[in-house]
Amino acid sequence: MGNTGNNWAFLLGYRAYVLAFFIFLAAPLVSAGTFAFNDSLFPALPWQGFTLDWFFNDTEPKLGMFHDRRLLRGLYYSFIIASAVAVLSVFAGTCNAFLFVRREFPAKNFFYIVMIVPLVIPGVILGISILVLASSVANGLEDRYDMDLEFLRPGILLVVLGQFSFITTITSLVIIARLKKFDAAMEEAALNLGASRARVLMTITLPFLRPAMIAGGIVAFLVSFENFNTTLFLVGSEAPLTITMFDRMAKVGSTPVLNAVSFFLMVGSGLLALLSIVVQRDKSAG
Amino acid sequence: MTQSDIKRLSLILLFMPFALWILLLIVLPHIGMGVLALREKVAPRVYEFGFGNFIEFLHEPIYWNTLLRTGSMSLLVTALALLAGFPIAYYIAKVAGWRTRGALFLLCLVPLWVSDLIRAFGWILLLRETGVISSALQAIGLLNGPVELLYNDVTVVIGLVYTVILFMIVPLVSTLDGMDDAMIEAGYNLGGNGWTVLRRIIVPYAMPGIVSGCIIVFMLTAGSYLTPILLGGKNSSWFTETIYEQFITRYNWESGAAFGFLLLAFTSLVVWLGLKLSRQTLAGTIARS
Repeated sequence: MGNTGNNWAFLLGYRAYVLAFFIFLAAPLVSAGTFAFNDSLFPALPWQGFTLDWFFNDTEPKLGMFHDRRLLRGLYYSFIIASAVAVLSVFAGTCNAFLFVRREFPAKNFFYIVMIVPLVIPGVILGISILVLASSVANGLEDRYDMDLEFLRPGILLVVLGQFSFITTITSLVIIARLKKFDAAMEEAALNLGASRARVLMTITLPFLRPAMIAGGIVAFLVSFENFNTTLFLVGSEAPLTITMFDRMAKVGSTPVLNAVSFFLMVGSGLLALLSIVVQRDKSAG
Repeated sequence: MTQSDIKRLSLILLFMPFALWILLLIVLPHIGMGVLALREKVAPRVYEFGFGNFIEFLHEPIYWNTLLRTGSMSLLVTALALLAGFPIAYYIAKVAGWRTRGALFLLCLVPLWVSDLIRAFGWILLLRETGVISSALQAIGLLNGPVELLYNDVTVVIGLVYTVILFMIVPLVSTLDGMDDAMIEAGYNLGGNGWTVLRRIIVPYAMPGIVSGCIIVFMLTAGSYLTPILLGGKNSSWFTETIYEQFITRYNWESGAAFGFLLLAFTSLVVWLGLKLSRQTLAGTIARS
């Protein structure tokens, strides 16, 4: 690539760009996290000294996040929703993996593309379309049979279904990738040794898939936890954390308690993401 | 029951979750949305079948301007994300040493796990009138008064690039990772300069990654709601905001559904064009990442 001097300058510039990029990447995260520890009523400079009040203090005006009822309730709903979505989408993803890796059926390629499509539909559209369908079913039943089906109205169930509708694609892809690496000879060996199909599934195939199932579950949990667009349209009175935080950000002038929540979420999801990487790394050894 | 019956039964059982998921949560809701979009409100509680909601969209320049604006800004964001992200992906996949590579890739993924909301919040704290950058510039004497860096298009574009660039870098790294260094060396040995090697060897090889990154980034940008609202303010005229307004504020579900349909049609069209022009398939690009 030209003479060495030129090359050297090029590489230096390249490195500087990469460094600048990572600073750009980190800047808003650092600012969102750091102000959680600022002893001031506003998340802004100047720095007033270190405090943990925004986590633990129990009186207004410096109400810490662990004493803020609405934030805690949001955290609780987010946790319930994310857990439900993780369990459901890992189950469906595992079924899909067996379906697409192990079975032959007509129009398989077409269905495979159909499986990917939810990931490229904007989240807002998924939200409104599910809202529209659930509401028209609920209205229809109410008008015709006078049945009031509360669960079809915006609320936790619809949020779970809305998130499930695209997160299942993610878990399916993760688990399919793992199942493709499975050596069918292992199953055959077990079958030849007299094991039943169910036994082979429980003792050989599923344990092999476990790292991908756990990693897929963690990813599903995280994506659900931070989802906003789909949730926005389906949420009822049980607002998950992202919605609660958004309301506060948009309406009330925010106090650093939001920074405390941000810090808490960043640490939490960082740890979970690390866990999913560790679990997946197991895969190369196993 | 014979063996083949059992096989067929288990295939049907295995197909059930997939069919229920796609039918109940994807196909039927979209049909429902389409039907609702074609319902015209002629009087309270009286509806007619027709294209009124779409005609209303065409008659109101503010609506289609918003859609065009959203579309063109999303394309701009996608192009910027590709331009800014490609060197980073190339650095991670090809230039960095074996150990730094893993660390850098991990660093790239960390913001991926942080909600859009927190990232936008971080930008607000940095950029607003009383924010870090404004106060820091005043402290070192470069500014005399506070400066508002939020609520303009440049900030919205930068914020969107920031939000989505990781979805560009990750597929790029995974495709570039599979590329044999010998191909690049061969290009140089055959007398190509840096630019030719990039254009004739590296970019064609990375095409699946580029396409899948661009598709994901475009969809995420066009469908994003938080970043334009929080960084652009209430008047950022983003199309998702218009949809939200129709649905929640005005309770006009019919035209909200029509708008949703238009957004979906528009983004699908762009994705389809992108796939056609680059001769890629959806399964070959998205599924890889």
